[in-house]
Amino acid sequence: MVPLSFYLVLSGILFACGVVGFLIKRNIITIFMSIELMLNGVNLSFVAFAARWQQLSGQVFVFFVMVVAAAEAAVGLAIIIALFRTRETLNIDQVNLLKL
Amino acid sequence: MTPNLHLWLIPILPLIGAAINGLFGKRFSRRGVAAVALGFCGAAFAMALWIAAQFSSLAVPHIEVLTSWLNSGPFSVDYSFSLDQLSLVMLLIVTGVGFLIHIYSVGYMWEEGGYYRFFSYLNLFMFFMLTLVLASNYLLMFVGWEGVGLASYLLIGFFFTRDSAAAAGKKAFIVNRIGDFGFLIGLFLMIKHFGSLDFQKVFDAVKPYSPETTGVGFLTAIALLLLLGACGKSAQIPLYVWLPDAMEGPTPVSALIHAATMVTAGVYMISRSHAIFERAPSALMVVAIIGTLTAFFAATIGIAQTDIKKVLAYSTISQLGYMFLACGVAAFSAGIFHLMTHAFFKGLLFLAAGSVIHAIGGEQDMRKMGGLRKKIPWTFWTMTFATIAIAGIPPFAGFFSKDEILWRAYQASWIYWLVGLITAFLTSFYMFRLWFMTFFGEYRGNAETSHGHEEHLADTRAGAPAPHGHGGIHESPAIMLVPLVILAVLSLVGGWVGVPGSLGGGNHFDKFLGPVFRSSTPAINTGHVQAGETAPPERTTEGTEPKSGHSTEIMFTGISVGAAFLGLFLAWLLYVRSPQLPDRIASSMHGLYSTVAHKYWIDELYAWLFVRPLIAISGIVFWRGIDEGVIDAALNGSADGARELSDEVRHMQSGNLRSYAGWIAVGAAAMLAYMVWMGLRTQ
Repeated sequence: MVPLSFYLVLSGILFACGVVGFLIKRNIITIFMSIELMLNGVNLSFVAFAARWQQLSGQVFVFFVMVVAAAEAAVGLAIIIALFRTRETLNIDQVNLLKL
Repeated sequence: MTPNLHLWLIPILPLIGAAINGLFGKRFSRRGVAAVALGFCGAAFAMALWIAAQFSSLAVPHIEVLTSWLNSGPFSVDYSFSLDQLSLVMLLIVTGVGFLIHIYSVGYMWEEGGYYRFFSYLNLFMFFMLTLVLASNYLLMFVGWEGVGLASYLLIGFFFTRDSAAAAGKKAFIVNRIGDFGFLIGLFLMIKHFGSLDFQKVFDAVKPYSPETTGVGFLTAIALLLLLGACGKSAQIPLYVWLPDAMEGPTPVSALIHAATMVTAGVYMISRSHAIFERAPSALMVVAIIGTLTAFFAATIGIAQTDIKKVLAYSTISQLGYMFLACGVAAFSAGIFHLMTHAFFKGLLFLAAGSVIHAIGGEQDMRKMGGLRKKIPWTFWTMTFATIAIAGIPPFAGFFSKDEILWRAYQASWIYWLVGLITAFLTSFYMFRLWFMTFFGEYRGNAETSHGHEEHLADTRAGAPAPHGHGGIHESPAIMLVPLVILAVLSLVGGWVGVPGSLGGGNHFDKFLGPVFRSSTPAINTGHVQAGETAPPERTTEGTEPKSGHSTEIMFTGISVGAAFLGLFLAWLLYVRSPQLPDRIASSMHGLYSTVAHKYWIDELYAWLFVRPLIAISGIVFWRGIDEGVIDAALNGSADGARELSDEVRHMQSGNLRSYAGWIAVGAAAMLAYMVWMGLRTQ
């Protein structure tokens, strides 16, 4: 049996990759994917704990997270398309109208 | 069943007047303001007369409890009023003289700004003063006591745009605070020892105590603290300094508050507390000494003053000293008698002085007066009545009351009598000096003397006050002269109610007040101020005194009348016969003269001893040190700190989305690290 810590370390690595990607990438789709990566890193730790403690609540949480992620993906992609149509770019550094 | 007199209405009536004028008076015409003020004040006077009319059928003291006021455990105070002979006399003086002065003010203040404000304050004063004299416990009395102080402050500073008036108001208020502090501590001691502030209960509780002749106990302490309060309000040494400055107020105010009524509150309070004072002989002696010293001291200052109102102010202080002397030798009814006659003639003196000032267009310096006798005859004659009355020449009012005090003082100690006699001489001298300087000789001022009068007559509609303050020396309008005449009559006949037995009178005044002052005198009669062989002072009315005393008394009467005439003669000699003499005397005794003219440098001494150090301490320690150094510094420091911190933190909020995310990540990482570290530690 794979020990819990392996899962957690993997989850941490996935989450860290997500964070780093979110911070350094300029392309909005990549950033979007990084967010998904973070969510899935968290999901991994949820299911790992659920398996470890033999409790369903962790898995239930994962479903909720997936639902939210799906909804977010739908809304987020719609926003990205709308954004691309108006600004003709996916570089978020150029999408700064609201910045002071 | 005693009838309900609704005593509470008497103080409330002027308060309603004050409220109406204060709140809406700005929109009224002058006539309307005067009608409201006079109406409510007159109603109070009418009610006082009505009560006086049925007084003989009352069971005194007549107490009316309006409502319970304070309830705190076993201690309670009612909002209640009481009426006995003493408060009836005070009630009639306050409402009567007050009403006359209200009438006078209608004319005197006609040309001044803030007409409604003036009458609102004046009515407010009446409210507090009536509360003071009608209260049936010390706490309610204290409310009135503080209230008259407030009204006095407001009225002294009535011309608040003038710096000196504002400063004088402040001075009066602050000096009074010192006295009130003593009064208040006295009340605390009373609560501690008697558990009540009700007059009746306190005096009943005090009854079993015998006079503290051997040592000094709490009764002496209470008496001395009350005395401190009385000294503040009644302008006695050492707290008299505010009264001369209080002359900055309009003249009717000086007449009403700083001569006739408010300043006598201290005498009233001591008389009211006589049960306590009689059991504290050493405190009584202090009262007598303070009174004697003040009387003499203020009279000497009065000699060298040139401002007509300042002379009268020092004269007031001096006469109040007489009243204190009377209280100090346990001759309370004599003190109240003098209080009454003094209210008449000193009120009149101030009003007449106001009329003089008005006549010559606001000049108060007597050196610029003179020869006014023919120009303003009514004022001259009423002033003459008052001057004779205060000088103590029979048969005017002041003679009887002053003589009564001197006689009773002699029974206590010849020193009091001697100083009192010298003071009587000085009083007569400085009053006739004022009289001669103002009304005789050549006119030395620069107001126009000829024209202007006729126009006034044309202006003066029936009953309407004439405008004043411009052109020519002119007599005051009728509305100002009527109170003068009434007070002049009272100054003449006011003393006849108390003609002593030695002069064939019945001394009715003393007998009338008798029940108040004899009800709770000490069981043992040893403790009186050096009463010695001359009979127990306060229990015997003059009328019941053995006949043998009469010849001595008449002799003393003769001496004091002689002193009065001597003062008159000397004043005539110096200010009529050879007017250049006073200057020569002044320059030959330059040091003495300037000391007296500068009021013995007392103001300077107080400034140096108390005021400057206090200002320095306030400035350096409390203001710069504590207020700015601690309180402001704490506030400003925390504000500055917050601003500096935000200045730093502001840079985090750059608007760059990625940096926010970075901060979130860093925060999350920090928290994670912390939790891991904690986890490792507990393992």
